Amino acid sequence: MPNAFSSVFTSRKGRALGALALVLSLAGPASAADRQLLNSSYDIARELFADYNELFARHWQEETGETVEIQQSHAGSSKQARAILQGLDADVVTYNQVTDVNILAERGRLIPEDWASRLPNNSSPYYSTMAFLVRDGNPKNIENWDDLIREDVELIMPNPKTSGNGRYTYLAALGYAKDKYGDDQDKIDAFMSELLGHVKVFDSGGRGATTTFVERGLGDVLLTFESEVNNIPELNPDKQFEVVVPKVSFLAEFPVAWIDKNIEKKGNEKLAKEYLEYLYSEDAQRLLAGFNYRVHNETVQKEMADKFPDLKLMSIQEIAGSWESAMQTHFASGGKLDQLQRQR
Amino acid sequence: MATTDVPARSASRLTAPKSKRVLPGFGLSLGISLFFISLVLLLPIAGLVIRAGGMGWDQFWFVITDPRVVASYKVTALAALGASLFNCVFGLLMAWVLVRYDFPGKRLLDAIMDLPFALPTAVAGITLATLFAENGWYGQVLSSMGIEVAYTPLGIVVAMAFTSVPFVVRTVQPVLEELAPEDEEAAMSLGASDFTVFRRILFPALWPAVVTGGALSFARSLGEYGAVIFIAGNSPYVSEVISLMIFVRLEEYDFPAASAIAAVVMTVSLLLLLAINIWQGRYLKRLHGG
Repeated sequence: MPNAFSSVFTSRKGRALGALALVLSLAGPASAADRQLLNSSYDIARELFADYNELFARHWQEETGETVEIQQSHAGSSKQARAILQGLDADVVTYNQVTDVNILAERGRLIPEDWASRLPNNSSPYYSTMAFLVRDGNPKNIENWDDLIREDVELIMPNPKTSGNGRYTYLAALGYAKDKYGDDQDKIDAFMSELLGHVKVFDSGGRGATTTFVERGLGDVLLTFESEVNNIPELNPDKQFEVVVPKVSFLAEFPVAWIDKNIEKKGNEKLAKEYLEYLYSEDAQRLLAGFNYRVHNETVQKEMADKFPDLKLMSIQEIAGSWESAMQTHFASGGKLDQLQRQR
Repeated sequence: MATTDVPARSASRLTAPKSKRVLPGFGLSLGISLFFISLVLLLPIAGLVIRAGGMGWDQFWFVITDPRVVASYKVTALAALGASLFNCVFGLLMAWVLVRYDFPGKRLLDAIMDLPFALPTAVAGITLATLFAENGWYGQVLSSMGIEVAYTPLGIVVAMAFTSVPFVVRTVQPVLEELAPEDEEAAMSLGASDFTVFRRILFPALWPAVVTGGALSFARSLGEYGAVIFIAGNSPYVSEVISLMIFVRLEEYDFPAASAIAAVVMTVSLLLLLAINIWQGRYLKRLHGG
């Protein structure tokens, strides 16, 4: 392709053709790399994958001698999944929600239903949990979920309706309530309703919530991923925050999958699979841990033990049975979340 | 709805063409125009309606009357009303200053007026949220007076007013330019007070343009998403706007429900614009004696 364009330029066929070529090249930038790969990912993973792509490109070149250019596409992961359903030809997805990968199998038939069993750990090379960020010195003395429903505490969290991050936070709180109150549904509901009532701002996404808390100075506690919470003090050294990891929280898996339909079409099978498998290598796991994600590699786990406090992590099965039932019972229109918010 | 166009400034001068065929090939150009309007406007709208239509009346009614959605209609409509009323007053003032006075930097001010159209609305939203947050430049002053703007319904009004004020300015401006100062001078030389001049001379001529601008501003505000969600707080039943509810349905992969709510907003906007057009036509006829 690039050669065809350059011959047009040199043969002086006139400005119109040149302009057309320019428009075409803007529409799909021709690259110098041998291979290209499109990774569709979630909002706050931009920096993570920028670094991982470099690591992987080096690895791929050592293995095959080919250069590879990885294009990143980041937005809320449901929005990304919708884009793929509507025809975006991403080779791989690296999301923060199982449901958004499931939809690609159920609605789009782009991947098999058992995609999660194709890679180790439910196709989740790394995971995280939900944690709290509080202001310097922890003035409101926040230690666990119970402290969040004290009268004087204002919370900032993403909207569970528009953000996977928000759904995770909701489920983490629900897991804690179940752990504490057992089968007493009324008490669980009361706790959840109270918690949601303390939320001052429901931002539409994770980064928005972080901005509201950090830049605008709103609220006493920010609820989001442990990884995000740990990044904030590092990114804002001039502002003081403290990270609080509650004793019980939610096992948030970060699923990855190659999109069979798209990689077949583009002849990228080997590259796409390797891109995801390499996430499990020790180098990649160390990089992921550097971004404050919890990883499965034992060597790296030992190295970083002091960074990730031990806690009780509850799975989606323990909290809501399965992702399908969590979505139906809690987050669908008229579901539990709507009811809890209506009570107020 | 967001693409409703403002009449070009010179348009009003061309309203009564002397010869009917300034541009040749009326048939061809009308054909092309209709074709593109169908392609760009009508087809997507038809798609929306068909998608919403696939769900049956019961379901459709259930989706659009969900209490949370109804609450968001109220929030959106009230905020849009507040924003467009503010814009009617402020926009009229701006247009007046731009047309009737000469001052250094007038051209610049005129150009800046269009900035809300050029700026991505999300950028506008983030900027406004920064300014009006308790620790922001405006927010500090306002919160010391006990007024909270960011993350309250008032924030929604601010964001909507910001993104739609050019509609009023750009609609009123050409009409003001057309209005000869002689009428006012004549009235004043006959002893009319300033207020009487405004009431009897300016207001009847400007009123339709202000209402049109206000309606455009209102219709645009109904659909505003980017600027609003960053400053709204998005609390259920308090500060959720209708476009957020549509987005939430999309997030649930419930495309028909999203289309249904969108269809409601679209119908309201369409009826509003149609009503304004009809009213304006009648009013102008009466004003100019048919």
